Amino acid sequence: MIVAVVALAAGIVLGVLVDVQVPLLLQPYLPIAVVAALDALFGGVRAHLDDAFDDKQFTISFVSNVLVAALIVYLGDQLGVGAQLSTGVVVVLGIRIFSNAAAIRRRLFRA
Amino acid sequence: MAEDEEVPRDAEADGDATTSGEDTAPDDAPKTAPDDVPEPPPEPVARRGRGFNGVLAALLVGLLGFTIAVQIRSHGEEALDGARTEDLVRILADLDAQRSRLSDDIAELRQTRDELASGSEGNKAALERAEELADSVGILAGTLAATGPGIVLTFVPGDDPIRAAVMLDAVQELRGAGAEAMQLVGANGSKVRIIASSYFAESGENLVVDAVTLAPAYTLTAIGDPETMATALRIPGGVEDTVKKDGGTVIVRQPGTVEVTALAQVADPEYAEPVD
Repeated sequence: MIVAVVALAAGIVLGVLVDVQVPLLLQPYLPIAVVAALDALFGGVRAHLDDAFDDKQFTISFVSNVLVAALIVYLGDQLGVGAQLSTGVVVVLGIRIFSNAAAIRRRLFRA
Repeated sequence: MAEDEEVPRDAEADGDATTSGEDTAPDDAPKTAPDDVPEPPPEPVARRGRGFNGVLAALLVGLLGFTIAVQIRSHGEEALDGARTEDLVRILADLDAQRSRLSDDIAELRQTRDELASGSEGNKAALERAEELADSVGILAGTLAATGPGIVLTFVPGDDPIRAAVMLDAVQELRGAGAEAMQLVGANGSKVRIIASSYFAESGENLVVDAVTLAPAYTLTAIGDPETMATALRIPGGVEDTVKKDGGTVIVRQPGTVEVTALAQVADPEYAEPVD
């Protein structure tokens, strides 16, 4: 847990400090990928609080979440419904993040 | 992430949609019971997944943080880069519409500005013309003092007084020679602007010009070409000759610039009106 927090903080600091331009090819997918990764992250936190965390599972879910989200957006762009499909993905991931957050909240505060 | 759980529960770790959906509501009751069992010995057993997978997970989380920061910053910087084709098209259309609106505004304002500028220029030119006209008319009518090259004649009477007809001849002669403004000053200090309607009469030894009595000798100032006027006065049988015949003298001086300061009162025409 602490390692994850430290890694997240280090990543954010690095991202702020290092001047990196998002490659043009990745630009439509990066926001969705970030949301998908956030979903995986919240799932991991929840699993950790449930004492059910597994590194391998987290890694696989993280990567697959990101890839599937990017794939859906890519597919949507090819089909001409990229904006709508992106919205749909964000909505679904948002609902999942909320439900995970609710579980985390219940676990932490017993409420 | 630091603590690893021996029992991998796929439903929790990857937040799988179906399972976590079920988990959200009845979370506490079923989960806590099995979790309580392996909780006391987590640290010693936790070594298993610690190695490669743990590092990978930490790297992924770090990458996530990095990506979030980069994405937020790049989104703040150039929002258009990541926009989709249809969004770009819409934005472009909006901007085109806005641009054409602004172009119309510019054209309209330019036109207004040009109108105002030409209007004010026209007004200025008309005002200048009117002022010039007023100046020349004022000089002709005798309502403005005038200065310029000219001559000064002094009529000194001899035995006979200077007759009004002689003075009128002199004035006519000077007008014929191109005099543009004239005034007659008597020795008593009275001065009269000679205008188109000026009349000359005699009153004893004095001259009466436009109801003003002038005492000899008289000084006639005329603005015009000095040489021409002086020549016109000297022709045989002209003004000088006539005055000499009467025993008087005409002194012609050409001091260069002369001034005609006497003003005529101009009454507004009672009957005549301008024809537009």
